Amino acid sequence: MDDRVILRVGAKVLIPFILLFALYVQFHGDYGPGGGFQAGVIFAAGFVLYALIYGLGNVRRVLPPRAVYICSALGVLLYAGVGYVTMALGGEFLDYDVLAHDPEHGQHYGILLVELGVLITVFGVMVSVFYAVAGRRRLDT
Amino acid sequence: MIEFVDVALLILLGITAFSIIRQQNLFAAVMMMGIYSLLSAGLFVVMDAVDVAFTEAAVGAGISTILMLGTLALVGHNEHQPQHRPILPLFVVVLTGAILVYGTLDIPPFGDASNPAHHHVAPHYLEESEHEIGIPNVVTSILASYRGYDTLGETTVVFVALVGVLLLLSLGPRPRRIFSNGRWITVAADDEDPSEKGAGDARVDGVQAPDEVELLRDTDG
Repeated sequence: MDDRVILRVGAKVLIPFILLFALYVQFHGDYGPGGGFQAGVIFAAGFVLYALIYGLGNVRRVLPPRAVYICSALGVLLYAGVGYVTMALGGEFLDYDVLAHDPEHGQHYGILLVELGVLITVFGVMVSVFYAVAGRRRLDT
Repeated sequence: MIEFVDVALLILLGITAFSIIRQQNLFAAVMMMGIYSLLSAGLFVVMDAVDVAFTEAAVGAGISTILMLGTLALVGHNEHQPQHRPILPLFVVVLTGAILVYGTLDIPPFGDASNPAHHHVAPHYLEESEHEIGIPNVVTSILASYRGYDTLGETTVVFVALVGVLLLLSLGPRPRRIFSNGRWITVAADDEDPSEKGAGDARVDGVQAPDEVELLRDTDG
């Protein structure tokens, strides 16, 4: 591992930009291509790259499996939660108009929140599946 | 010009698909599948479906390839010789393909303005979403707002898929019996155990696996 200096340094330089790009894809999804799903995958790819270069043990210390499992469920909860909040405010399920005084602002908040939910779940699921697959030992050893 | 790009991409797709089938080395096949996804993403861009292309490039060419490599590290790089004759599978595949091609005959022509898809709710989304939702990207408006309930379902599907994967993998390899110091002991195959050395071939190693002696001492308690 220690002799692959270019990979180690290259990954260290790239990973912050990958994570930043994921956030750009997330929050620019209203204006261009992108959204929660793509952003979640790219965000997860940043951590997967870290795992490939620095080892699974290190990335597990940064991001414990428990945390990504919680993320996976949290996103769905956030998404559905927005739906229940709109119901509590007198609208229909996932009718964002009631989230603010101006329906258009309500739509903005609603879309922001549910896209965040999608991001969190997709990120959690991708990293969890990677942990699950990469963490297994060969069956024939 | 656009036809030329279409034809070139489709020919490359065909070549890639054929080489995946012919390829005996699974590592090369996985790499080819990444290329296949990237070419599909290119086709989606040509069709102006940039959001789909984005997803295809990120998921198909990115994460899937990594997961496939992780799997290869567990099962080895070479395809076993098939134990059956290829006639029946070939027949099934050709038949399915023929049915699919037959199905496309009923699909309205691509990009035709009189297609049913352009006359149901699509005009409403295109014309009204700007001031109903207030964001320029119609795809996001449909995905997150008009069809928010569907997207909730999709997110739930992603979550449920994880639950399925974890359930399947958590069964794990069975505990092993190892002969050491003149007696048999059981080594648990624990998932939380930090000695993940399995994916070594895909360079996911880096964790120092405890050497055999330490592993044995742990289980001896």
